[in-house]
Formats: sequence, structure tokens, C-alpha cells
Amino acid sequence: MEMQQIKFYQTGTFTVGNRLLDETQRSVQANLQRTNSLNSGHRACQGCGEALGARYAIDAAMRAANNQVIACNATGCLEVFSTPYPETSWQIPWIHSLFGNAAAVATGVMAAMKVKGRNDVRVIAQGGDGGTTDIGFGCLSGMFERNDDVLYICYDNQAYMNTGVQRSSATPPAARTATTLPLGPEPGAVFGQGKNVPEIAMAHGIPYVATASVAYLRDLEEKVSRAMTARGARYIHILVPCPLGWGAAPHDTIKLARLAVETGLFPLFEAEHGEVTHSTPIRHRLPVEEYLKPQKRFAHLFGKQPAVDTIARIQAQADRNIRKYRLIDERRHG
Amino acid sequence: MLKQTEGSHAIAESVALCRPEVICAYPITPQTHIVEGLGEMVKSGELKDCEFINVESEFAALSVAIGASAAGARTYTATASQGLLFMAEAVYNAAGLGLPIVMTIGNRAIGAPINIWNDHTDSMSMRDAGWIQLYAETNQEAADLHIQAFRLAEDLSMPVMVCVDGFILTHAYERIDVPTQAQVDAYLPRFEPRQVLDPKEPVSIGAMVGPEAFMEVRYLAHHKQMRALELIPRLSQEFQNVFGRDSGGLIRSYRAEDAKTIVVALGSVNGTIKDVIDELRDEGCAIGLATIVSFRPFPSDELHEVLSHAKRLVVIEKSLAVGIGGIVSHNLRMALSGISLHAYTVVAGLGGRAITKASLRSLFERALRDELEPLTFLDLNQAAVNRELEREQAQRRSGPSAENILRDLAGGGRSAL
Repeated sequence: MEMQQIKFYQTGTFTVGNRLLDETQRSVQANLQRTNSLNSGHRACQGCGEALGARYAIDAAMRAANNQVIACNATGCLEVFSTPYPETSWQIPWIHSLFGNAAAVATGVMAAMKVKGRNDVRVIAQGGDGGTTDIGFGCLSGMFERNDDVLYICYDNQAYMNTGVQRSSATPPAARTATTLPLGPEPGAVFGQGKNVPEIAMAHGIPYVATASVAYLRDLEEKVSRAMTARGARYIHILVPCPLGWGAAPHDTIKLARLAVETGLFPLFEAEHGEVTHSTPIRHRLPVEEYLKPQKRFAHLFGKQPAVDTIARIQAQADRNIRKYRLIDERRHG
Repeated sequence: MLKQTEGSHAIAESVALCRPEVICAYPITPQTHIVEGLGEMVKSGELKDCEFINVESEFAALSVAIGASAAGARTYTATASQGLLFMAEAVYNAAGLGLPIVMTIGNRAIGAPINIWNDHTDSMSMRDAGWIQLYAETNQEAADLHIQAFRLAEDLSMPVMVCVDGFILTHAYERIDVPTQAQVDAYLPRFEPRQVLDPKEPVSIGAMVGPEAFMEVRYLAHHKQMRALELIPRLSQEFQNVFGRDSGGLIRSYRAEDAKTIVVALGSVNGTIKDVIDELRDEGCAIGLATIVSFRPFPSDELHEVLSHAKRLVVIEKSLAVGIGGIVSHNLRMALSGISLHAYTVVAGLGGRAITKASLRSLFERALRDELEPLTFLDLNQAAVNRELEREQAQRRSGPSAENILRDLAGGGRSAL
């Protein structure tokens, strides 16, 4: 899509009001006719990043697919808070089977649509980080390697929140969870563990991989829309802060999602067929403390004697991401 | 059309005639030839309008089947042994969601010790998962049961397992009457799903259900299986009308009308049992057989009727409920209310041990004299077991039992039988 040049009438902000944009370029969420695929009235916690992420992503997918979308959900918060009957929030055909099989169920739905000649119907699989990077990883990798025509969306809140905040393979180092308590010589989750599923997805050579954040609505919607233009296996990994699990204020969800990006801890990028094609530059680079401090899961790093070594190791990770994904625009900052 | 063919291939041809739309394949002995056969038919174009998907595990195989079936496609897969256990969570899920998937089980033992040969431990482990379970006696019946299985599954919106003895049936070449497409089309109508994922009419499937409704949902599954008790004989009769062959049904009895001793068994071993019964009948023994075709739903009333005049019951089980004995025997107790008889459980053929006519004959003779223990392990090498028990007694670190017994037997222990 060609981007419209706009003038900023407000200073000190990067927010672009929709009213400044051409109708066709306004966000899906700004449109009163949006589908509200995940409707209001569900039981998510106040400030739930996953509820936002799912609504943004599925509404964008619905627009891109002319409302012909079927979703397959892994077990987890999203499934639980959206469905206690008769209060389903889903305005689209939706199935939940098990914790570890959302990608495979989606393959099955896709196969059924294909055999029935319904190529207009698009299939989305979705789950949290536990259902994606851990227990559902086998099915996910299988769906990728077969290049099945499925968009898989991972809503990553970096732990098993539904069961009470236990560590997953997406939990960052030093983070406190119920199974990585801030005790012993290396408090919280240990360094050198965990997996980078967007990169593993890229290693499958699938047509499209992207990371996104609920703090960057337009970027997120754009990536979902782009994913829907491609056929084959696609993967979008969305960072969704969890006030409960992260020990953060519900009103800080968007702020934390933005800080994760601005510190370099959560790089935003796109990749096609295994190669990075675009990364979103960091506009105000911030030290990792800014992101870590408001979260109780990192509180043990900021006690009477701050864990400067640990914070430095986290900063080094952010620096590595910035180098690797070229997150600082050299022309502007160099 | 009559042809000389492998059991697995006959099943594949039979399934293909049912016009499946999605087939998921993952290799595991001894079911592999079935999905290979279907894959070949899809690839060659013989089986049209069908997606054949090679998945990465049995868990994925049934999960893909769940998605396909929920999206309204007639769906088939096959597995065995460890594969069935690996997909166990999805086995319960498919039933809980009420999805009419048909799955062949090439019956095989469960490890450890790893063993590829036939017994019924695999499908028996899933007997209460909510699937209908049909057991084939011959390859002809195996082929026929699949056609009935799709009809049954779709009528009830409930998945069906067709259990076929691994190797004994799956790999045996026999004369099979493969039906015509016109016959199958006349018997099996188009799949009209009770629930379907469709953007035109969005529904949520698989929602969280709390204590206020869970019992009712589970009860409905049971209710459906009770309906299957009426439907299975009817479908078998209709099958006979179209195909001219008696296949399926709930149970079959053989020379049981006046029998004082009745043998009960599932699957291919019934052929051998019938031969032995014929011999004993020639010698004047009042012995007969009841073959269970439908293990789920369990045909208690039908078995009660067959067993009502019997004095002795001998249950041949190809599975062992460790710590208690027989699974089939236990289920049969439901059918014995008001009947007074001597009941013997015989665990036989585990891990592919041959169940021979000679062994069965000697077993039945002992039963006729009421010399059997309540629980018998047919052809168990008790001497080899005792020697292992002695080794365990002699030293704490006696090592792995399976390997010890193999070494023992290889070293001539067999002569001690």
C-alpha cells in the first residue's frame, strides 16, 4: 500500500490522528464498521494485552479477508476469558480443541476449505506463548514445514498466565514467575534459556514472519493485512503485556508494550522466506531500566542494592537486538 | 469384485470408496500400508477431491482430523499402539466435540518393552474415550466395517474406531469382495454435519463448560452410544441388503444355542476358536462362541441373552489390566446379572504370541473340567518368569527384566519350559 505523506500538527508526539489520514489508510480499529470479532463483555483482566492484541489482529484479518475467517484457538487465557458459555465473545466461526494442537487443527480446517473449493475462507490459528513456543511447538513446526495456508498468531505475554504465572520458553531472563522465583544466586528466570520463535519460524523459510506490539496499532494491523495477502504458512508474534503476570498497572499495558520496543528488547521486524525485509526503527532509544522498573516481576533487580550486573546483561541483549535488526536509523542518529 | 489382496489394501480401497475428503497420515507399524494405499490413490487421481496430509505426529494427525471434521469434511486417519497413546488427548477431544471421524487401529501391543506385534492393549486403553469401537474378525469384515463406520459416525455425530488385528489381518493376503462405488454410494449418503465452522453462520465450538452443563454434555455422549446399540444392527442389516454380506452387528454367536460353555472373544482369534469348537463339538462337548463386534457401545443385553443358559464362560483377552486381570471380563460382568456360571478369564496372545489351536483346545478341555484358575495366562513360560524372580531375589541390581528374560531364553532357558 502506498503511504500517504502527512504533516504533523502536534509536536512532541509520533501519534498520527486518523482524521489526518485518507479514509483508506485509517486504522481498522478507528472504523465504526469494524467487525469486533472478539466482542466486548468477555472476562479478561483489566488492561489485558492479549484481549487487545486479539481484537486488533482478528479485526484486521477480517477486513483483509472480506470477513471470511475461521479461527482455531489453543487453550489458554484467550480461550478461557472469551468463551464461558453462553457468553462467547467470538463473532466469527471459532474452535478450541486442545492446548498443543491449534496449528494442526487449523491445517485441518484449511484442508477442508480447500477440498470444498472455498479458497476465499482464510484460516487463523492463535495461542499464547505457552501454547505456541512450548506445548504447541511440534504442531506449529509441522504446519510451517508443510507450508500450510494458515496464519498463526502468538500472543506472547511471556509466561503461563492462565495457570498462575509459570515460566515458559518465552519468559525473559531475570523475570520472576511462580516457577522462577527471585531466590538464590541467579534470581528469576536464568539467562541462556528460552527460544526465539520468530527466528525459528524464519528458519522454516515460510512466506511471512513478523513481530508486532499492541502499542503500535497501525504497524500491527499493517502486518496482519500483509500476512493475509500471502498464501502458505505465516507467523505473527505479538507482545502483549499482562498486568497480572508482570506485576504492572493495568493502565500501563500500552506504555510497557511501547517501552519493550523502544529499549530494543522486543524488536519489530518482518521477514519473507527466511530473510528480514523490514525492521521498525526505534525513535526514542531508552535504557532497559525504563521498561524493567515499572514491573514487579523485575522488582528484585531494583532493591537496596540494584543488580547492576543483571541489568547490564539485559541491556546487552537489547543492544544486540538493535545491532542485529538495525533498529536505529543510522541516517538519523549516525 | 473378488480379489486376492492384503488386508491393509482392502481397507484402503474400502475407505476410498467412502469418498473421504481429508486423510491424515503418520507412519506406524502395522497400520502404515493403509495410509500408503490411500496416499497412492490420491496421488494417482483415483481418489478425487481428497486432501492427503503427511503430518509430524499422531497427535497432529488426529488434530488435523478434528479441524477438518469440524469444518465439514469427511475425515479419516489410522494409527496403532504408541501412536494411539500419543494422540490420546485428541482422542478424547474428538469424541467430546462429537466429530464423526473414522480411524482404523491396526491393533498392536504397547511398550515397554517395545513390541510391534498384535494384541489389543492399544485400543482397549481408549475404550472409555467416547468413541464407538468395532472389532473385525476377518479382512472382509474389516473392509466392510469401515463403510458402516462412516455411516454410523455421521448418523450419530460421534467418532468410530475400527480395530483390526495388526499383521494377523493388516498384512494377510486373502480373497476380498471389494464393493463397487455405486453400492457404497447407495449405502453412504453425503456427509451433512451437525455442526460446522462456516463464516456464513459463525459458531463457537469447544467453549469452556462449567459444572452447570458438563454432566449433561457427558451424558449425551452416553445416550448416543445407547442409541448406537439400536443403530449398529440396523446398519448391519441395511449393509446386507445392499452388499449381500453379513458383516458387523453388535455380537455374533457360533454354535452357542445349546452350549453349556461359551467362549467370548474379539477380533481375528475367533477364527481359530471356531475351529477348536468344531472339533470339540464333534466329540460331543456343548461348547459355543460369542464374538463381540461392538465393544463400545457394550452390548450387555445381547450378551446376556446368549449367556443366559450357559454354565461356564471363558473370556479370551488380548490385553491385560495389570493388577486386576481382564478388561473384557470385567465389562462382561454387566451382562451376567442373574446368571450363575463359572467365569474364567484367559489373557492370551500378548505382544503377538501365537494363539494356537492346540493351546486353545487344551485350555477349553481344562475349562470343561472346571480345572482353570479364575485368571489364566495362556502359554506363559512360568519357568522363565521364576528364574527372573530368582535373579531379583538374589541381587538388588538385577538389571532390566526384559533383557534378562531374553538373555535367559537365548541361553537355553527355553528347554526348561
